[in-house]
Amino acid sequence: MATFNLNINGKKQQVDVDPATPILWVLRDHLNLVGTKYGCGIAQCGTCTILVGDIAMRSCMLPVSQIGNQAVTTIEGLSEDGDHPVQKAWLEHDVPQCGYCQAGQIMNAVALLKANPKPSDEEIDGAMNGNICRCGTYVRIKAAIKSV
Amino acid sequence: MTIVKTTYNRRSFLQTTVLAGGGMMLGFSWLASCNPTPEEVLNMPKEWFNINGFLKIGENGVVTIMSPNPEIGQNVKTSMPMIIAEELDVDWKNVVVEQAPLNTDIFTRQVAGGSQSIRQGWQSLRMAGATARHMLREAAAQQWQVPVAEITTAAGMLYHEKSGKSIGYGEVASAAAKIPVPEEVQLKDAKDFKIIGTSRKNVDGKKIVTGQPLFGLDYKVEGMLIAMIAHPPAFGMKLKSVDDSAAKAMPGIKDVFTINLYNEGYEKQWSDTTAFDELVVVVGNTTWEVMNAKKALRIEWERTSAAENTEGYMAKMAALTAKPATQLRKDGNPEAAFKSAAKVIERTYTAPFLPHNTMEPMNFFAHVTADKAELVGPVQTPEFMEKTVAARLGLPLEKIDIQMTRQGGGFGRRLYGHFVVEAAVISQKMNAPIKLVYTREDDMTQGIYRPAYHVTYRAALDANNKLIGFHIRGGGIQDSPVHADRFPAGAIDNYLAEDWTLDSNISTGAWRAPGSNFIAGAEQSFLDEVAEAMGKDPIEFRLELFDRAKKNPVGKNNDYEAARYAGVLELVREKSGWGKNDPAGVHRGVSAYYCHNSYVAQVIDMVLEDGKPLIQKVHCAVDCGIVVNPDAAINLVEGGIVDGIGHALYSTLTFKDGAAEQSNFDKYRLIRHSEAPKAIEVHFVSNGIDPTGLGEPLNPPIIGALANAMYKATGKRVYDQPFLAGGQILG
Repeated sequence: MATFNLNINGKKQQVDVDPATPILWVLRDHLNLVGTKYGCGIAQCGTCTILVGDIAMRSCMLPVSQIGNQAVTTIEGLSEDGDHPVQKAWLEHDVPQCGYCQAGQIMNAVALLKANPKPSDEEIDGAMNGNICRCGTYVRIKAAIKSV
Repeated sequence: MTIVKTTYNRRSFLQTTVLAGGGMMLGFSWLASCNPTPEEVLNMPKEWFNINGFLKIGENGVVTIMSPNPEIGQNVKTSMPMIIAEELDVDWKNVVVEQAPLNTDIFTRQVAGGSQSIRQGWQSLRMAGATARHMLREAAAQQWQVPVAEITTAAGMLYHEKSGKSIGYGEVASAAAKIPVPEEVQLKDAKDFKIIGTSRKNVDGKKIVTGQPLFGLDYKVEGMLIAMIAHPPAFGMKLKSVDDSAAKAMPGIKDVFTINLYNEGYEKQWSDTTAFDELVVVVGNTTWEVMNAKKALRIEWERTSAAENTEGYMAKMAALTAKPATQLRKDGNPEAAFKSAAKVIERTYTAPFLPHNTMEPMNFFAHVTADKAELVGPVQTPEFMEKTVAARLGLPLEKIDIQMTRQGGGFGRRLYGHFVVEAAVISQKMNAPIKLVYTREDDMTQGIYRPAYHVTYRAALDANNKLIGFHIRGGGIQDSPVHADRFPAGAIDNYLAEDWTLDSNISTGAWRAPGSNFIAGAEQSFLDEVAEAMGKDPIEFRLELFDRAKKNPVGKNNDYEAARYAGVLELVREKSGWGKNDPAGVHRGVSAYYCHNSYVAQVIDMVLEDGKPLIQKVHCAVDCGIVVNPDAAINLVEGGIVDGIGHALYSTLTFKDGAAEQSNFDKYRLIRHSEAPKAIEVHFVSNGIDPTGLGEPLNPPIIGALANAMYKATGKRVYDQPFLAGGQILG
């Protein structure tokens, strides 16, 4: 066990956990931020995507000890009142079916759009290919990203 | 105007028990400070008046509508309340939707399966809204001392035209709640619909995109422990011994023990299908701690039945298809037709086992005490699992309380609720609230898989290239995909359908559009080959068969309406410009299928890029009767198409020594962004027929259109799924 001082969604958070604990489980089990989802545990499905700085990371394999003082943003921290442009685009296109993977899709899209505000279809595919949607909302996700 | 008899029993009008404040996450202190979602922005009433079990009305006119069925992504949590709101005649913006708990006294068929929620809920939902509207009109009539027949409604208001009086629903809700339930009520004419047929956004949309707790895995109460299970590494094995000393000594671990799912002599329901009866359980404080402790278990397993291998069962299936099987249907004299044929076309199709792979792995919350069980989570069959849990715990049914969360996908996997029983048994043993969590590996390697299938089609053509005989023989592991009374039965004089099933220790069950998810693709590929051999356009050929089935059907039990079948095919032909405006350099495949009460026809436009298929566009025509929520329906259509294409191209679960060879998404391929169709165009037939479902009818036919387009693109027919075995990710 070790104490970590984290910067999550602009708030200082202190947790006392095993340093190897993936940040995913720190968020979900210790900080009650359950918007970040578990899907595979091996960084293959993208469901657990968060932002570390401006970079999209898979939180399921990222030990809390590696976060340091970098700012972590989760789906809950994307905007104060749920009106981040990407969230709004998702609502406008009514993207979700089951909705389980969408937090990860949104976080990855946010990182993509920060780095590349007007991505082409190919660039969207390239950036988003790590995020699986089992319901098959890919067509709408792309439309939503292009509308931001 | 349709008049229907109301069929409530007395208990429909008793207070329903739902978790307070929308239900979830009672232990979370931060919930109160959460930003409100649009529905919560409404001024919530001070008092609710229960009109019936489906709805309650606040004094300010805000209406809460209960959504009775499990929400697995098919959007029933929005579309079912829309149907009630329509007949109640309220403004949708004044409606708050709540997930109903399991309550078989009030709700009928609280199951997500068979694409039946809308179809089977249609009448009862309309009746619930219409009954409430009638009671509100009665209450206004009594207040104003005028005949009830003179009271009209619109958007949550009651009007008496003669006197010019008007009043809001909320103001008479208290009186309406005391009005006796009418014996019959009038339903609206479809032409008067104001909500049904208009696109309404997902009622959980904002909660989803802001990451609020909604799913089973998000559920938590104070003092809750986390539980995980360890199951045998292969089918046909069971537990021999456990050394849990290392695991028990790990931080945060509360206990390690074994459980049995079912009491001796218990008679299983179909929904009790499970891979393994005896499991090792680890319980601890947090998910990560329990995951680690699970890895520290030293378990010995022993074999109880033969280990399956993919080559082995594929060979067994081929042998079964090669010899006569159980005759399901015979029309005319197929033997003579094949004997006299100038040409016989014979093709064999296969498909592998598939796990469901809901993105949210199996999980469930349970808090079992001496006299009751509280269960919360994602399950498609709560009313079945209530019985199973009651039997297992030895509690009366009324002491089992099941609440449904939003579900991170279903696809049939959550029809089999063994994980609900596991959670209950673990909680009972721990005497504490627990949440059972499966890892992805647990989920994928002890599934209730889509059966592996094998089928051979034969067609007999005479010297004039006329189709004179048709023969289908096939089966699958524990389940046959052959639907003997479906098309082309009824359209061919000499027809024979046979099937077989093969037993295995690998557990199988329903997977989105059971049977159809394989046979539609096989049949529609085969018909394409037959049409080609006959020198006919594939759409023209199918339309001729439908015409025959319409005018002079063969046999009696044909399980389709040929006119509606032909209707979707004609619509997709027109909308895609098939044969007239075929885009240059694009390879097209067509397919049509009917299952789960809805008709679908699809055209795929494919190009090859570096030798790999790239789907530029899918044209889709659907006849599902009245479309309740059009944009959400289109979403489901798009999803079904992507699902069908993805699994047919890439997905397979193979076995070695009884164990699944793919256990996570590093080896198991699901379709990804770059592989999805670039565009999907959806057209609904408008016919005013009572609505049918969309959860399952879309993924079966697209496999045929895909195979037919691949043939056009490459010159090679594909027969064995996945069509791109070992395919790398495109893009």
